[in-house]
Amino acid sequence: MLIGATIEVNNLTKRYGDVEALRGVSFAVNEGEVFGLLGPNGAGKTSTVEILEGLRTPDSGSVSVCGLDPQTSGAEFKYAIGAALQATALPDKMRVHEALDLFGSFYPKRRGTQELLGRFGLEEKRNAFYSQLSGGQKQRLALAMALVNDPRVVFLDEPTAGLDPQVRREIYDIVEELKKEKKTILITTHYIEEAEKLCDRVAIVDHGKVIALGTPRELKQRSGAVTRITVRMAKPETNGALSSLEGVTECRVEADDYLLYSTRVPRTIVALVKHLEEKNNELVSLEISAPSLEDIFLELTGRRLRD
Amino acid sequence: MSRVWSHTWALTMSRMRLAMRNRAFLFFSLIMPLAFLFGYAELFRRFGPEAVPYLLAMVLALTVMGSFWGLSVQLVTFREQGILRRFRVTPVGASAMLGSSLISNYLLTLPTIAIEFYISRSVFHMAGLGNVLSVFILVTIGTVTFASLGLIVASVTNTMQETQIINQIIWFVFLFISGATIPFPMLPAMVQKVAVFLPATYLVSGLQRAMIDHTTLTSLGSYLASLVGCALIAFIVSAQLFRWEPESKAPRRAKLWAAAAVVPFLLLGAWETVNGDLRSHAMKNLQAIREPYSLERIEH
Repeated sequence: MLIGATIEVNNLTKRYGDVEALRGVSFAVNEGEVFGLLGPNGAGKTSTVEILEGLRTPDSGSVSVCGLDPQTSGAEFKYAIGAALQATALPDKMRVHEALDLFGSFYPKRRGTQELLGRFGLEEKRNAFYSQLSGGQKQRLALAMALVNDPRVVFLDEPTAGLDPQVRREIYDIVEELKKEKKTILITTHYIEEAEKLCDRVAIVDHGKVIALGTPRELKQRSGAVTRITVRMAKPETNGALSSLEGVTECRVEADDYLLYSTRVPRTIVALVKHLEEKNNELVSLEISAPSLEDIFLELTGRRLRD
Repeated sequence: MSRVWSHTWALTMSRMRLAMRNRAFLFFSLIMPLAFLFGYAELFRRFGPEAVPYLLAMVLALTVMGSFWGLSVQLVTFREQGILRRFRVTPVGASAMLGSSLISNYLLTLPTIAIEFYISRSVFHMAGLGNVLSVFILVTIGTVTFASLGLIVASVTNTMQETQIINQIIWFVFLFISGATIPFPMLPAMVQKVAVFLPATYLVSGLQRAMIDHTTLTSLGSYLASLVGCALIAFIVSAQLFRWEPESKAPRRAKLWAAAAVVPFLLLGAWETVNGDLRSHAMKNLQAIREPYSLERIEH
């Protein structure tokens, strides 16, 4: 555990009825860091963030944000944080600028409505009702609201879920900017590329536990340097034959593709070509990819992220 | 303290704006009371302008009682739609949220009251204004009390549907056995015995006495004290039971707590049953309309 980390999470547990949502989650986030919680739906990401935001209480374990306990620190804690909840909802008939004015009025230190509207591309929508906004605009407003008090720590819970790629990229740009401002950001996502692109460090969460933690690069290196070879062939192959090729640690079939995980790529390829010749089969395509966070997740859990 | 007040005020302004953009709210808080005013005026037309203070008192009571629906329903919608939890990550507390319900409702009720007075004077030629201070204080305290009762219902119910059903039931009781629609002396004796335990009955009676007899605040002391007591208990209990999260359920004991809000009126009702004068006041006020007036006429 890092001393003096901006966000500290120690051994959190939380259960909802029979469901154990968190089973001992621990991590720490440093000042100015963008930290990602990556995992499938139901992994415990939102529970963790909501405990940090003070919306939920853990069954056991402890958290601190800027040295404060979210449950007991009151206004001082609220001034320090900004949050875009997984589903930020506002009254349908509230206008965009009214929302920023209202939420801004709750804080002694605040950013101007005009500045936020400009920065989040909402100037044209300043008088629009919340119900008239598109999904992307609502999300931009949610982010603007999270920054209305110029917080030290920003929580973004699935900020791009359900948005189209174009809008998602806009949100990425906003996060990149926040990063330049040295905000400490905790972001949850089930999009690999988001975690890889935005985060300084990532904790991979599954079934209420952190199963891996590090920079995206570290995580990839740690995955035992297993490289993925995606092969497509003219005729189907038997799984067993491919997994016994030299260097292959694992073989999976996905639709028409065979995914070979290899520790010795050149030898595996030579062996593969030989094998196909023997079987009178042909190679349609072959792709070698360095391990991604997706592979690491697969390797750690045996499941794909978006299953 | 000043922080809580500034949050309450900001929320009040915002919620008033939202309420004014809501057609249903406008209908129930402005159109419907005025429709009652014109309806009653039509019914009582043959009694001339002298009957106007009596019927205006009923309409004022209806308007004030409408606070029961007021913004508590808005609060349940906020909770259900997950709007409240966004406020929860800000420094806003439950008391600012609840307080803004009461204040915005009060500020939105006042113009309706003023319009009702204005129409009574200019269209129906009402002579006096009654005891203005008593009317004003009754309207003020009554509005806060009924809005607080609405908050209690909001705090013990889990869904909008549940809130609506319970509100309807209580509302109909208030509406029909308090004297706000059917004059108290015309209610069956059994019903009168129950009615003396309802806050609505005292609101109606108080307003009639203030409008017709020019009754002073001192003479309405027990009514006002019970309304204030009820409002205080209801507000404190609903702050205790306040829930931000859509999925959090009201605990069972909540319903018991909520029941505490009726205690002042149990006491007042018991006192009234033994040595009260509410009934005789109600008779006297009704006779102010001079001519004998029967239930059949209301129905026809």
